[in-house]
Formats: sequence, C-alpha cells, structure tokens
Amino acid sequence: MRQLRETHGPLMFHQSGGCCDGSSPMCYLEGEFRTGKSDVLLESLKIDGVPEPITFWMSGSQFELWKHTHLTVDVVRGRGAGFSLEAPEGMRFLIRSRLLTEQEIDELSETDADRVV
Amino acid sequence: MTVYSAPGTDGAIVNYESRYDHFIGGEYVPPAKGQYFANPSPVTGEDFCEIARGTAEDVEKALDAAHGAADAWGRTSTAERANILNKIADRMEQNLEKLAVAECWENGKPVRETLAADIPLAIDHFRYFAGAIRAQEGTAGEIDDDTVAYHFHEPLGVVAQIIPWNFPILMAVWKLAPALAAGNAVVLKPAEQTPASIHYWMSLVADLLPPGVVNIVNGFGVEAGKPLASSNRVAKVAFTGETTTGRLIMQYASENLIPVTLELGGKSPNIFFDDVSRLDDDFYDKSLEGFSMFALNQGEVCTCPSRALIQQGIYNDFLAAGVKRVENLKQGNPLDTDTQVGAQASNDQLEKILSYLDIGRQEGAKVLTGGARADLGGNLSGGFYVQPTIFEGNNSMRIFQEEIFGPVVSVTSFADYADAIKIANDTLYGLGAGVWTRDINTAYRAGRAIKAGRVWTNSYHLYPAHAAFGGYKQSGIGRENHKMMLDHYQQTKNLLVSYSPKAMGFF
Repeated sequence: MRQLRETHGPLMFHQSGGCCDGSSPMCYLEGEFRTGKSDVLLESLKIDGVPEPITFWMSGSQFELWKHTHLTVDVVRGRGAGFSLEAPEGMRFLIRSRLLTEQEIDELSETDADRVV
Repeated sequence: MTVYSAPGTDGAIVNYESRYDHFIGGEYVPPAKGQYFANPSPVTGEDFCEIARGTAEDVEKALDAAHGAADAWGRTSTAERANILNKIADRMEQNLEKLAVAECWENGKPVRETLAADIPLAIDHFRYFAGAIRAQEGTAGEIDDDTVAYHFHEPLGVVAQIIPWNFPILMAVWKLAPALAAGNAVVLKPAEQTPASIHYWMSLVADLLPPGVVNIVNGFGVEAGKPLASSNRVAKVAFTGETTTGRLIMQYASENLIPVTLELGGKSPNIFFDDVSRLDDDFYDKSLEGFSMFALNQGEVCTCPSRALIQQGIYNDFLAAGVKRVENLKQGNPLDTDTQVGAQASNDQLEKILSYLDIGRQEGAKVLTGGARADLGGNLSGGFYVQPTIFEGNNSMRIFQEEIFGPVVSVTSFADYADAIKIANDTLYGLGAGVWTRDINTAYRAGRAIKAGRVWTNSYHLYPAHAAFGGYKQSGIGRENHKMMLDHYQQTKNLLVSYSPKAMGFF
C-alpha cells in the first residue's frame, strides 16, 4: 500500500462482485471510482507510512450479504484484470473472510448507523 | 486418447512466438515504453512468452489506426464484409486443432473442450454474423403520399472491446464478429492473464483484414484498458468482467456520452424438480450431467450453474447420484483429450477459490466432495488445479451469493415450485439459470418466472450464435449473440424525405 500510495497518490478500495475478477477488492486512486448512495463505506484503513486513511467501499446490496463476515485485505502473487492499481506489480489483492464473533456483531450494530453514507 | 505436446516442445502441432507486440494498423508495433510482461501457462505455471505492456501512447496509436480504417471499412458492401468473415471462419476451421491446443495452453482449459466447443463455436459465430449482415435490411415507411421515412443501419465507427480470460478466443469473437459485420473498426484489449492466443488467431487471419480494422493492444487494465475505456475517441465500449469495473466503465462512458454493453457475471440457479427422477432413463442421466456442468471450464463461466436447487422428494437420491457423477470427472493434463477438468486460469484465481472454500466451511456448509487444491504431480504440480467441489448449505451463505468462478457448486433443497422460484431469484444477479423437469407447464412457468437473461430448459451450457445472451439485474446491460447484436454496433440513420414540391404553409 505504501508503494502504491507513493507511485499513484491517495487510494481507495471498492469490493467487486460478479464474474472473472469479481469478488475481489479493486484498488483505485481515491475518487477515481465514484461512490454514491448505493455504496457503503466499511472502513477507513489506517496504514503506517500512508498519510491518509484508505477508504474501503462496497455496494449496499452486496454488503447486506457480507455483513456477518470480517474481511481482511490480503495480497497474493497474481495478475488481476479490471483496473486495479496493483496488477502491473505482479500482485493481486484478495479478500479473506471469517465469521464475526457475537461480540463483534454487538459492537458493530451500535455503529451501523455511521456506515451508510 | 491423444495427449498433445505442449507448445514449444518437440512434436507440438502449434507454437507461440517468444514475444508479442501490439497489433496496430496491420503490423506488429513495439510498446512505446519498451516494457514487456511474462505470460505463464496455467497448465504448468511456467512462462511461455512475453507480452507488450501497453500504455496510453499505444492505445492512441491503435485508435489512430482504427480511425484511419473505419470510414472505408464502414462503406464496404455487406457482401464484401460477409465474405471476409466467412474466410476468417474457413481459415480457423482449417487450423481448428492448432487453435484448440493454443487456447488450452493459454487458459488451462481441457483441449477436449476447445476442440468441441470454444473453437467450433467461434467459427460458427463468424459465419452466423456473415449471414445476418447479408440478410439485414433497412426500412422504408410511407408516412403519407408525399413523405417517406427511410431507415438505414450505419456503423458506430471505432469501438473498444475488453475481453475476459475465461474463453479468450471465443469471447473475443463474440465481440468482434458483430462489430466487424456491422462495419466498425475495433481496438481490442485481451485480458492480461490470457493475452497470447488472440495473437495466434491473428497470425492465421491477418491477411484477410484491411489494416487498422482490428487492432490489439496488450497490457494491464489500469495501464491499457483504462485509457481505452475512457477515450473520447471510441463510440462504444463492450466489456465482460465484474461489477466494479463495469460501473467504472459506465462512469467513463457517461463522461463521453457513449453506450456500453456490460456482461458482469451471475450466480446461476440450476433447478431440479421431483419428476426428473420418475424414470431411470436417458433424461435422468442428462439431468445428472446438467448438475455436473458447474465444473465445465473449471467453473470459469459467467453462467456457471453454481447453485443447485433440488426438490425435497428426490433430494437425497439425486444429490448422491450427482456426487458420484462429479467424483467420476477426470481431472488432469489439459492437453490430454480424455481430461474433462483442467487448470484454473491464474494463481490469483486459484487463491480466490481457496478463500471461498474456507469461508464456505466456516459458514457451516458441508463439503460432500472435493474442497481442496488438487496436486496432479509431475510438471503439473506448479499448475493451478482445484478439485471439483460440492457444498451443501443454504442460500444465505456467501458461497450461494457470490460468483466463485471455480468448479464449486452450492446445493440446497426446495419444497415446491414457489419455493424454487423464490430461492432462484434471491440473488443480485440474473444471467443464466437451468430448469429440469418432465412437465412442460412447470418448465414454461419456471422459465418465465426466473429473473435471468437465459433459462436453459432441460439443457445447460449451450451457446449457439443465434440465441441472445445477457443479464438481468446486476449481471449487466445489453446482449451478445443473436442478430439483435448488430443493433448494439449500429446507429440508426433516418432520412425523412418529402416528395412534395409545395410549401408546407407555415411561413
């Protein structure tokens, strides 16, 4: 992320659905992908060495199906298509998922109202 | 049984060049920035050629060539264009086996499939659109005794086409054949995972096409695809891929006020009603094959029947028979004509599938067969293989709601017709579906009730050129295949002509 930030500028993610390279997090320059009222901001990720938070978005309809899971943005060797910024580096962002714990679900339900932008 | 030699080895019937530049204006042009990237075969994971890493400069050069060719190409007679498409088809037919092996090596899919489906379908696609454009006519509407409205079809001009990696040649042809038939010039970007086979195809047909009519710019999405999709010099963008990139392409298109067609995948239900098991006959056998179709092309099909819905009355027996059928699929060397399931197209695709096998288990789905990476030994150990996998669970699980794009089916049961339709439509997508029943009324009602662009009825994974293909809901916009596709690559020109010498009387 630090390398991409230095090369390109401030960054964002939008989680994709559908075929081919779907179900993958797409990394863009912040603002390149226009989010709107159909999208949900899941998190503003703070990363050492990256001056501003990196936003992580998903369409609201997809969020409804994913919201019981905890997501980790991982990276593997590979070559994603789409317009994601890391592909030319020979790397591909990948989502790993686990079920949220009861405690996490309780905590998140209190802050759910803040998520919908 | 035949095992083809790998391209680049002794006895190979087809070989790739060691490097592919961009194909622009009828010749190969090195990338402006001089950079290349390695292209591995999913069969072994080893690199077999290098590919030009295109950038905006290369895209502009290709657009220059396309614009230089578009007007003359658009004015050729439909007979001339149809003849060229037929000659391309003939050339491909003469080289069918070579194309099939080249595609197998590039994508990892079994050669059994490319020999029987990918390449023959691509050949037929050119022939279909050669016929369709010859038969297409404008209209003349007699508005009144003095006034006639003529409608002509005109090409859009220069169009951009971004091709996916799951059927590198066939998906390119789905886009190229109607665009060329309609008289457009094309700038095409193959997927960076599978950039080479389209160049082998071009090596067979380049002499048949006027320079600049088809241009191929290689490269990564962000470096080559984006400048192409966002260019104000294209009249249309056609894209097959996923939702986020689809939305981004629409955003770019909105800036340029141009149309798009998008095919963005699905989570297709395959519905088996109780009566399929009424007899143990050919039809029952066919329905079990239909259940197993999720493993076709290693599940890397936008219409993969990745949700199987089985009615409660036959659930246990049908599912047991389905598991047995899937366990008998032959996975192995894609170059072996006996192999039915080959390799996933890339390492990141493999990793993504494995991550879904993980979350599927965590959500409580039961693995009935498969469920892991497959190590086929020898030099195939480095390839990207996944065991055909059957999960049993419920429709709210993520493995029932997201396109895994691997040989993975998620199975659940339903009580009755209403329940089947409710589960089938409980998805963000609507590209394909399957309905299996011996009752014509059930088949018709279910087919009409499912919100998807294509409902295979007592069949699956047939792709004839003259059946429309495309999505409802988040599966995309527009259609591919069928002569209606010509409309997606044409403008309508209306000449409204008065044959009256008299003034209208307003002024």
